[in-house]
Amino acid sequence: MELKEKLVASYVAFESGININSDIHEIRTEALHHFEKLGFPSKKLEAWKYTSLNSILKHDYSLFPDNEVAIELADVKKYFIHDIDTYKIVFIDGKYSSFLSETTHDGMDICLLSAAFSKPKYKVIIENYFNKIAVQDNLTSLNTAFASEGVYIHIPKNVEVEKPIQIINFTTGAENATMLQPRNLIVVEQNAHVQIIERHQSLTSNAVLTNSVAEIYVDRHATVDYYKVQNDSKNASLIDNVFIEQQSNSVCSVHTFSFGGNITRNNLNFYQKGEHIDSILKGITIIEGKQHVDHNTLVHHIEPNCESHQDYKGIYNERSTGVFNGKVLVNKEAQKTNAYQKNNNILMSNRATINAKPQLEIFADDVKCSHGCTIGQLDNDALFYMQQRGIPKKDAKALLMYAFANTVLESVKIPEVKKRITKIIATKLGVNMGFDL
Amino acid sequence: MLKIENLHASVEDKAILKGINLEVKAGEVHAIMGPNGAGKSTMASVIAGSESYEMTEGTIELEGVDLTELAPEERAHQGVFLSFQYPVEIPGVSVTNFIKTAINENRKAKGLEDMPAKDLLKKIREKSALLEIDRKFLSRSLNEGFSGGEKKRNEIFQMAMLAPKLAILDETDSGLDIDALRIVASGVNKLKSKDNAVIIITHYQRLLEHIKPDFVHVLYDGKIVKSGDASLALELEEKGYDWIKELA
Repeated sequence: MELKEKLVASYVAFESGININSDIHEIRTEALHHFEKLGFPSKKLEAWKYTSLNSILKHDYSLFPDNEVAIELADVKKYFIHDIDTYKIVFIDGKYSSFLSETTHDGMDICLLSAAFSKPKYKVIIENYFNKIAVQDNLTSLNTAFASEGVYIHIPKNVEVEKPIQIINFTTGAENATMLQPRNLIVVEQNAHVQIIERHQSLTSNAVLTNSVAEIYVDRHATVDYYKVQNDSKNASLIDNVFIEQQSNSVCSVHTFSFGGNITRNNLNFYQKGEHIDSILKGITIIEGKQHVDHNTLVHHIEPNCESHQDYKGIYNERSTGVFNGKVLVNKEAQKTNAYQKNNNILMSNRATINAKPQLEIFADDVKCSHGCTIGQLDNDALFYMQQRGIPKKDAKALLMYAFANTVLESVKIPEVKKRITKIIATKLGVNMGFDL
Repeated sequence: MLKIENLHASVEDKAILKGINLEVKAGEVHAIMGPNGAGKSTMASVIAGSESYEMTEGTIELEGVDLTELAPEERAHQGVFLSFQYPVEIPGVSVTNFIKTAINENRKAKGLEDMPAKDLLKKIREKSALLEIDRKFLSRSLNEGFSGGEKKRNEIFQMAMLAPKLAILDETDSGLDIDALRIVASGVNKLKSKDNAVIIITHYQRLLEHIKPDFVHVLYDGKIVKSGDASLALELEEKGYDWIKELA
């Protein structure tokens, strides 16, 4: 059976495990019909021209793994940012692990979507925010249809969350190939501040497909810093759909570090619903083998006097392929918009590929929008210069790649995250850096 | 110290160096002069091991070690230093981090541990004072946005830090104002000893007023066509290169 048919057919089984007499379930059911109509995206769709999901749709995925698998903390500690205190929301095969987590209801809610769905006190937030900005395309609809578990974060007005929140999704693959569909809802009220670190980590060599959806609401004067660490095993694929709505004077940054996995598709969408908003989208991609990473970004400037800053760096080794499809949409009303987009790529091999497609649709006449896209190789003169000073070629290359990625790294606000990313890069490049850039 | 015999090199099948012979002994300063396009910078790059040129014939030895088959970094470990005519900008790597990496890589090649941070800082302080380099300058990205003079001073600062056996200064005087020239020259003079050697590549006599060469060679069309003492540089300054071309 094709994955689409299997998903649709499994819906009855899914319904038996949840409360179907709710408004949410109406949303789900509608989304399922939508997905049934649309199916999985094919390369015929403009937005999927360079990314084919065919190879990962053919597995016989276990859709609702129900074995409770325990993980020893010692075995997975390395996947956490563990040298600082953090809140943690950890899922194992899509199920909440209270043992590995550290949630709170003290002055804010850092907990589970399943709890938010079922408890009356969360009803207003769910009604106002759940599935309000997620675009109903094929994959988001599919996620909505099965939305039952994920992260629920609600930071009330003026609360500055004193430590970062880590969201980790582990997959054990105990039941062969596994498909997961986490659904996250994050509501950050006026003048609140939160930092979030997210990771998907497969602990198996079995195939994993994660189709994740997150909706993030950033109210006036609020600040959200989001860090995504994508360094998964080579059989794990991720489709990460993120929808962010910002109100006036808010700042939201998303850093995406894509270092591994099979197929990774990041659909990152920003909607600016007020004035004086700053949206920051940054990414470093370093991949090899036959890995594929696709960054598909949208910044929709709806109101005047807002900014957006995009900076994506990519280093492609061996036969890896990358896509950068960055769209900036400026409405007629959005005068005085400053929108910057930068996408620089280095191809380390003759067989690596990058497809870069900046798209600017500007309907206002008094704006500053720039985009710059480069594709090149490492600078041989720079390599010779460094070698001449006694730095071996391999290290010189690594140093140049670090330097290349550094404009993205230096805007990371959590030092431990920066350190971790630096370490992952060093490991990937097979060098030992004597310093942090 | 350095012994070059019958050196031929070409780029894309175009011969640039056509049989150079040169011997430089420890403690000596040699100047290589000559008109544009004579092959001066090519010679410097080939000694340093640049892959942009193909060495087609000859040998290069440093203290009896054949450099011919060595990678640029291995030549550096042997003690070759090239002060670039156009130092490369490396955004994202600070001067301090770069020199730290370079020093420790050179130590690693000799089987030594990394230089302790305290010693390194002391050395950086000492050598940057020698070249009148501002501390703030050291935390800037390597050569990025540096003026011509700053780039050259930074080259000599690195030379001071690495203490090479053989330093080749490729047009280190170009782009320097009088003050910077004086600072750079006095830096080089202080680094000179009976155990190392310097090759100065230049068009003009002015750097040689500050760093007195023991020998002056004139390179023309890929060959050394005339050698002499410091007075040859003065003669070239006075008469230009046209008469040299007739010698070839």
